[in-house]
Amino acid sequence: MNTPSPVETDGLFRWPDEGLARVPFRVYNDPQIAEAEQKRLFQGETWNLVCLDLEVAEPGQYRTNWIGDTPVIVVRDPVADRIRVFVNRCVHRGSMLCLEQHGKAENFTCMYHNWVYSLDGKLQSIAFKRGVRGQGGMPSDFDITQHGLRELRVDTIRNLVFATFSDRLPPVRDWFGPRMVWSLERFFHKPIRLIGGYTQVLPNNWKLYAENVRDSYHASLLHTFFATFGLNRLSMDGAVEVNEAGGSHLSWSKMATDDAEGTDYASGGLRSMRDLAIEDRRLLKTWPEFEDGITHMIQTLFPNVFLQQIQNTLAVRLLVPRGLDRCDLQWWVFAYEDDTPEQLRMRLMQSNLVGPAGLVSLEDGFIGNAVQRTTRGDQGHGAIVEMGGHGVTTERQSRVSEAAVRGFWQQWRGLMGF
Amino acid sequence: MASNIGHTAADREFLAAAAQVCADCAGTIDDDSLEAWPDYFTDDCLYRVETREGRANGWAIGLMHCEGRGMLRDRVLAIRHGNVFDPHTYRHVLSQPRFAPAPATEAAGQRGTELASARRVLTSFNVTRVMKTGEMTLFAVGTYDDRFVEADGRLLIRERTVVLDSRNLDTLLVIPL
Repeated sequence: MNTPSPVETDGLFRWPDEGLARVPFRVYNDPQIAEAEQKRLFQGETWNLVCLDLEVAEPGQYRTNWIGDTPVIVVRDPVADRIRVFVNRCVHRGSMLCLEQHGKAENFTCMYHNWVYSLDGKLQSIAFKRGVRGQGGMPSDFDITQHGLRELRVDTIRNLVFATFSDRLPPVRDWFGPRMVWSLERFFHKPIRLIGGYTQVLPNNWKLYAENVRDSYHASLLHTFFATFGLNRLSMDGAVEVNEAGGSHLSWSKMATDDAEGTDYASGGLRSMRDLAIEDRRLLKTWPEFEDGITHMIQTLFPNVFLQQIQNTLAVRLLVPRGLDRCDLQWWVFAYEDDTPEQLRMRLMQSNLVGPAGLVSLEDGFIGNAVQRTTRGDQGHGAIVEMGGHGVTTERQSRVSEAAVRGFWQQWRGLMGF
Repeated sequence: MASNIGHTAADREFLAAAAQVCADCAGTIDDDSLEAWPDYFTDDCLYRVETREGRANGWAIGLMHCEGRGMLRDRVLAIRHGNVFDPHTYRHVLSQPRFAPAPATEAAGQRGTELASARRVLTSFNVTRVMKTGEMTLFAVGTYDDRFVEADGRLLIRERTVVLDSRNLDTLLVIPL
């Protein structure tokens, strides 16, 4: 525990004695905790995803985004030919500098009073610095070299661009650890291109979604599409792996793939007990695209990044908190540059199964709200998180485990000082 | 862009028929008669939901992509039996349909000889989502980009691309737009 938290010293919040086996409902509902998260997580000792490198591939190309409540600009500095990240705020009066999500710039000019910054963040000029006809203007001792944009540290792993407010955090590879890096290098093992993107607005505290993705226990229980239509697949092998800090994880499995033709799925031989079957099975057609045989890989990166390989659907998601009970889930849907037309077509058909309108997983969009609305008035109780024991260890035996959820809270508590 | 000013009588008649199909089709959704919704499409239809941003970028992946009426019926089956969600209904408000502006290279005179039904028809929509709890939200705003065909004396939707103006989608999309 680092600095004692004001919340804690006020005697307002104490984590329950049961430890990680209980998550107090208050963490989703307390405005003071949400405020503390901004300082201690997002502006603290964390690496935050800000964009994919393809979005800032060309000199002067920029992308705006959010690190928690802080707006940032990610830009490729044409002189140094490297990616820089700045707080998207004019130092003068605090106006937002870039309003567009994407663009290309030669400099950043504040629309309010025309203060101009170069792409390395230096303040270049101030409108009417010397006033008008010798009258007014800035005081002669105002030194523009002392007033550049607030710059963040940047680091990348393959296509992912991360930034941090911290000066002491280790490089991003060390921070996430070797197993997380292994998976990222697997996701981005060859050049990618974007083939989709949208923002899913979730009516719940961001941590409820962060837990949901780490919770491999709910998958076949909440998401009933496959079971209802008799499309259950047998899992041959899999694991839930949690990194050392606890907050990042991998959940992977190798499923029997159905090349559709010649399988029970294609012949309609598998029926659920209710004798319901879907008519068109083209959206189930997959191909084994990774040599390791892994067909499903869900990865989380603490605090708020998610990667998916669900059969042949590939995506990166970033969750931006928007107050206590809302968060914005940004999706980047990607493919590989060397995809054949047939492969791209299979990704397109399978896209019906995932995402905000995904037949298999659309329930994830509202389940957080189902918790949020029952817990708002409850400061005393908490969730039971004991599936798979009390620990934060890697599970090879069964993915019916909440180990990665406990891992998330372990790292969250450490950084929050609770 | 060639202008649409000066529709022929046949154009006007076609647009009125297209408006009726759009209204009836949206009605099946709003009235929770989802089983009737696929009947407004051809067997080999394309129904797609994407965003304006996705279309501008030429992205292959949108939010839904159904090829053929079977996939539309599967969506309905999933809503009824497969998916779990907070109960809600929609209310569509549709604009008068209009022809998509023709490419500038196409002379107005040539267009006169083209069948109205072969042309793209655009209809704006607003969809309010009404939860069973009573909460009402403006859920979607956008355009239907449609192509119709006439089959057995009925006007059917051959292609419908639902283009959402916003990149934001609230919570989830289970009932079609």
